[in-house]
Amino acid sequence: MSERRQIFLATAALLVSALAFLAAGCGSSNKSSSGSSSATTSASSCSNKDDLNLVTTDQLTIGTDNPAFPPWFGGTPHKPWQVSDPNSGEGYESAVAYAVAKQLGFDKSEVKWIHVPFSNSYAPGPKSFDFDINQISFTPARAKVVDFSDSYYDVNQSVVVNKGTPIASVTSVAGLKPYDLGAQLGTTSYQFIQDTIKPTKKPSVFPSNTGAVQALKNKQIDGLVVDLPTAFYVTAVQVPNGKVLGQFPAEPGGEHFGMVFEKGNSLRACVNQALAKLRSNGMLEQLQQQWLAKATGAPILK
Amino acid sequence: MASEGDRRSDPEVERRSRLLGGFHFQGEGARGVAIALLSTVVFVAVVIVAVTQSAGWPEVKRTFFDWGDISSSFPDIARAFVLNVKIFLVCEVFILVLALLIAVLRSLPGPVFFPLRALAIVYSDLARGVPTILVIALLGFGAPALELTGVPRSRVFWAGVGLILVYSGYVAEVYRAGIESVHPSQEAAARSLGLSRFQALRRVILPQAVRRVIPPLLNDFIGLQKDTALVATLGVVEAFNQSMIDSAATFTYGAYLAAAVLFVAITIPLARLTDWLIARDRQKRQAAGGFA
Repeated sequence: MSERRQIFLATAALLVSALAFLAAGCGSSNKSSSGSSSATTSASSCSNKDDLNLVTTDQLTIGTDNPAFPPWFGGTPHKPWQVSDPNSGEGYESAVAYAVAKQLGFDKSEVKWIHVPFSNSYAPGPKSFDFDINQISFTPARAKVVDFSDSYYDVNQSVVVNKGTPIASVTSVAGLKPYDLGAQLGTTSYQFIQDTIKPTKKPSVFPSNTGAVQALKNKQIDGLVVDLPTAFYVTAVQVPNGKVLGQFPAEPGGEHFGMVFEKGNSLRACVNQALAKLRSNGMLEQLQQQWLAKATGAPILK
Repeated sequence: MASEGDRRSDPEVERRSRLLGGFHFQGEGARGVAIALLSTVVFVAVVIVAVTQSAGWPEVKRTFFDWGDISSSFPDIARAFVLNVKIFLVCEVFILVLALLIAVLRSLPGPVFFPLRALAIVYSDLARGVPTILVIALLGFGAPALELTGVPRSRVFWAGVGLILVYSGYVAEVYRAGIESVHPSQEAAARSLGLSRFQALRRVILPQAVRRVIPPLLNDFIGLQKDTALVATLGVVEAFNQSMIDSAATFTYGAYLAAAVLFVAITIPLARLTDWLIARDRQKRQAAGGFA
């Protein structure tokens, strides 16, 4: 008897606590938008790196996920890094990061790369990096939680399939509807499948690139939706029997990758200045030619 | 029947109250309940104040406790949760059968059956030793990669196989404990009545053994329910994967809370049922004169 009463009380107390906690959490859901104030940092404070808001003084700490995949990163892997090495300066994102670092006044030796899993890049609390560069697409919802730099790459989505399978002869977006499609977690590729392709079967979402690629290889999914440069790496290295079926027409307004900053970090304004400089002097274009040249020329799926 | 006084001297009540750190208000009636509720409210209030005064609270509140995020992600996650329910219901049936087979193999007497006993021991060691997530990833991506004809490619199928293999290891141990708790005299008596070894097992030992281990069996069932979330490794969109999708789309964690609520909504009633069964079993055994 008594035990039952205690259990009842404990459950009741748990419920009361949960309600109280939720009330405390959600009661006043005033969306504080503290982010936009940082954009006004003056040009002068960007020229002296001692004035920059950094995690570690005199060092630019940059986060990305591990393994770091080509064509975004290149070079032979060293120590903790798998597949390639961000320290190499090779690969598009590594090259852009070093170019930005140079604009901000950092030597190559003053740049430190750290491993930040995608889901950690937006965890609340102080960030362990100055910025994170990891093929992260800008979306307005995400920008409520973190700050994004301006675009360093305007991206198109594409679909990779196995040669000789039924999906390989599809030429239109509508033709993809009846197939099993997959995407990687955290990419806007999943949103693209849901909103634009609207397949009849529920798409698969993989926590890692490795899992998604393995499922495509095993023909457990018919098509994998990824950004175009990644698609060319998948077919060149990871799925030898794969082919890039095509790229999707650009979204209205476009989709772009941005570097991720802690909300309100004043460093973002300086990085944006650096990116603007690199765009106007042709450096970004040149780096894209150098590292992502293969990522053009896929047929467009209407 | 028992008055206030002899309750205190009842060894069972004493034992239980020791286990609960001397916390027994039942004898003190309404006053006890009031004190318990008051202390709970004070405790919760202290925790709330401590948490909400912390420096990181505004950000945690925005990313974890945004009612808009939680409620908008809930319908999709609830739909995806149906798959979790299907997986654990189907798997549990196979687990109960396979585990019983393993437990019986392990209990076979005599030197002739050594290879079968050894096999059962190796199986339950391996099944319990390898992390479930690894078993699922190995089977789900590995087995279809063999490209053997007739081997299914379905990831839900292989995830189910993985869960069945792992949980059978645990549940076989539970069964074995039950079988070993039945006194050898029971089997001796059954055999002396002319029952074969199999009949004795089937009619005398197992009915007693299984009844005794129902609470721990339910406990493993609760574990299985939670572990259906591991199917997400294979890219299958069940409740946890759906919550990760929503979380990654908005960079907030409200969707995780929504998924947690769904899991808890199923596991807590089952936990209470288990408690109730344990209590009922204890009362029964006490009524039978403490013989068990």
